[in-house]
Amino acid sequence: MEAILKAALPGIILIVEALVLLVVALLHVAYTTYAERKVIGHMQQRLGPNRVGPRGLLQPIADVVKLLTKEDIVPLGADKGLFYLAPFISLVAGATSLAVIPIWNRFVLADVNVGLLVILALSSLSSYGVILAGWSSNSRYAFLGGLRASAQVVSYEVAMALSLVGVMLMAGSMNLSEIVKAQISSPFKIYALPQIIGFFVFMISAIAETNRVPFDLPEAETELVAGYFVEYSAIRFALFYLAEYFGMVVMSAVAVTCFLGGWAGPFEVPGLPFFWFLIKLYALLFFYIWVRATLPRYRYDQLMGLGWKVLIPLALLNIVITGGLKLWW
Amino acid sequence: MAPTLELYTRKIGHPEWEEPFVVNMGPQHPSTHGVLRLYLELDGETVVRCDPRIGYLHRGLEKLSENMTYTQAMVLTDRLDYISSAANNTGYCLAVEKLLGLEVPRRARLLRTIVCEMARISSHLLWLATHALDIGAMTVFLYCFRDREWLLDIYEKICGARLTVSYPRIGGVRLDFTSEIIDELYQFTEEFPTRITDYETLIDVNRIWLRRTKGIAVVPPEKALNMGLTGPSLRGSGVPYDVRKFRPYDAYDEVEFEVPVGKNGDTYDRYRVRMEEMRQANRIIRQCLDKLAQTEGEPVVAEGAPDLLMPEKKKAPRAVPHPKKGFMVKGEEVPVVPEGEVYVSIEAPKGELGYYIVSDGSGKPWRVRVRAPSFVHISAIPEMVKGHMVADIIAVIGTLDVVLGECDR
Amino acid sequence: MSVVEILKEKFGAAILGEETTADQLGIYVSREVLPQVMRFLHDELDFKHLADLCGVDYLGWKGKRKKAERFEVVYNLYSLSRRELIRIKVPIPESDPRVPSVTSIWRVANWFERECYDLLGIRFEGHPDLRRLLMPENWSGHPLRKDYPLEPEEEWKDYAELREKARELSRYEWGDRRVRGG
Repeated sequence: MEAILKAALPGIILIVEALVLLVVALLHVAYTTYAERKVIGHMQQRLGPNRVGPRGLLQPIADVVKLLTKEDIVPLGADKGLFYLAPFISLVAGATSLAVIPIWNRFVLADVNVGLLVILALSSLSSYGVILAGWSSNSRYAFLGGLRASAQVVSYEVAMALSLVGVMLMAGSMNLSEIVKAQISSPFKIYALPQIIGFFVFMISAIAETNRVPFDLPEAETELVAGYFVEYSAIRFALFYLAEYFGMVVMSAVAVTCFLGGWAGPFEVPGLPFFWFLIKLYALLFFYIWVRATLPRYRYDQLMGLGWKVLIPLALLNIVITGGLKLWW
Repeated sequence: MAPTLELYTRKIGHPEWEEPFVVNMGPQHPSTHGVLRLYLELDGETVVRCDPRIGYLHRGLEKLSENMTYTQAMVLTDRLDYISSAANNTGYCLAVEKLLGLEVPRRARLLRTIVCEMARISSHLLWLATHALDIGAMTVFLYCFRDREWLLDIYEKICGARLTVSYPRIGGVRLDFTSEIIDELYQFTEEFPTRITDYETLIDVNRIWLRRTKGIAVVPPEKALNMGLTGPSLRGSGVPYDVRKFRPYDAYDEVEFEVPVGKNGDTYDRYRVRMEEMRQANRIIRQCLDKLAQTEGEPVVAEGAPDLLMPEKKKAPRAVPHPKKGFMVKGEEVPVVPEGEVYVSIEAPKGELGYYIVSDGSGKPWRVRVRAPSFVHISAIPEMVKGHMVADIIAVIGTLDVVLGECDR
Repeated sequence: MSVVEILKEKFGAAILGEETTADQLGIYVSREVLPQVMRFLHDELDFKHLADLCGVDYLGWKGKRKKAERFEVVYNLYSLSRRELIRIKVPIPESDPRVPSVTSIWRVANWFERECYDLLGIRFEGHPDLRRLLMPENWSGHPLRKDYPLEPEEEWKDYAELREKARELSRYEWGDRRVRGG
């Protein structure tokens, strides 16, 4: 009995850890929506949510309850199986990426050697959710949104992957923990300085990957009403919403890990090993929200032009420079 | 000779693939500014054909006003372009006054000019807000609404209504301004130019904004005139046609202002023209306020102007010699509004708003025709969006500044 | 020389008359020569801005000015260079409500003419796409005619059908049950 327990213990611990991570991440996602509404509200000279709970703090919970109790409508002409499946693909792909991100020296769920590849793969996978949602809804707007999403994700995936190659070259590893450790031992402490081009390209492609302003074409509210999820309601709508914010959190976490030195900070905060990781994460999330309040939306062809004509050549240039310097030293 | 690519795909293409991708944009759509419905045929994201279908807000205002007295029909004009109702009222009043031959007192003309320019500012603010929101800039929207709210509050103080004001009346205006309103308007004109600068810093030099508006929906000047564009949409193309300058009405001949014109005739120029117009409108309000002090205490309604109780028919007693009894008092109809017809147009915020009124001498108009700028502008959409992308349709609808209440009447 | 004099010299008897009401000049033109007159006004006299085009129904007209025909189509033209507003009026008999289209001269006339056709039933010959504009495609009657009642007794015949269709389309699935909405 004891032997079985002993053998199963690592598995149980892993499950508990995964659950903890998921719950914490979900809370983060929920309060990112709150923060977004609050921050944008103040940027736009209004208050944002302030009715549910003190300072509107219970607003995300109220939203979830509301969406859970709403009616789940499926359009008549929809492909039902895919219609049901699509939001889960998006959400699961977004949430799974968290597993490989080292939040702390000793807290990585899956310390795989190809962590970066896993993240890239999962973020492309999440676009399937968007495309399938657009296709299966049997709606013109959703279809256009799905098409836009596929084109956008394909082009920006390339730019994002290329922007990360510089980091891999410098760290000599694709394991995210190794990358952070390499950053800490490097003279710069963070890779955002030597990899400034890569960081720039990554941040822009990350916004495009998560379909946020100014690259929110798949869901362009004023053109395509709501784009790919125009036909979704209730909890399935909430899942897409969650997936978007999960994407935001994951992308910020990747940026923190690959470019901003992960959990390392100028000094140790006793008892809070995640402190610096979270601070950096919040700063990036704030950046996302700030961008949303400020910029207009790109047009479809301009977006593609930016991706292929500006970001990808920049990323390639970055690889060449990094590789050259690496060879030199 | 090798077949062109187009011929090739035609040959192998499945007949269903050849069908255009049809999208019905509207009447329920966040950015068609009301109930405009665009029947779009798309090739990918490019517009092949666009056919606006209107009439969802058709209330038969022209037919209704034929069955009302002149003063009753004025309330209907509020509902044309509900964003700038004061301008609509003024245009209608000017037309009826011209038929009646009324001379409006100077103070009333100044007051009307002020409310018209306030309507222009609030209309342009709403335009800027929605145009920016359509293109994706969310924050401008709320900034503009803050200032528009201020104007609407002033309207409320002036006449009690915020949107459908009915403040001008045939022969003048309903009420005089109180000193409180004048003070607040002074304060507004003081602050508003800095607010415009605020908006400009938000979007004027934004690269995305420039890329979304420059070179979009270019209309050359002759074509713009031929398509009937008026107002800022025409002036963006470089034609300096402004009814306020060409056929001055109310107090526009005694105030100084400039008519901004664009150069390229694209969406960005029309945006610039409207921004500049807001500054000029502010200037006009300022001058009118200064002039109001000179006319303190003067009447605001012309002598003999009909009020709400305008009769449908007027009987005039007249002594008619009777063959048997020698005398008898008999009523005979005299014209309430002299017979005739008139076309009067004003520079509404959206463009030239014309009223063509035919009178047969009775108290009801025989025919009221409203030449609505939005109607003409919507008819120009198909030409302007051809070959552009779906996202540009939104920019075009925004740049023409259409209101469906006015279009469908 | 004023516009009327020039027109009279050029077109002679086709200019049926002139009148001035409220300081505004109106010129009656017979519909046979309308395209030529309009082309001349646009090209030679620089009336580039067709401010308005509308129809008027004079059925039961009690005014002092006698109207020979039931309908009139009214063109309000403005010239930016001459700064002059004129009104061209074309009388049209009830028995044959047709008038040549001016869409080839001013593109703006397109929708004006469609609206006029829709609301008054005057056909514009040579119009590229003369469909109803404000009213539904299969509406019967022309609302702005004086013999069209303000409140028609009968409902639009497609309304019941449309309502039924809307009800049909608003069916949706809720869980496993089929619910009839509307």
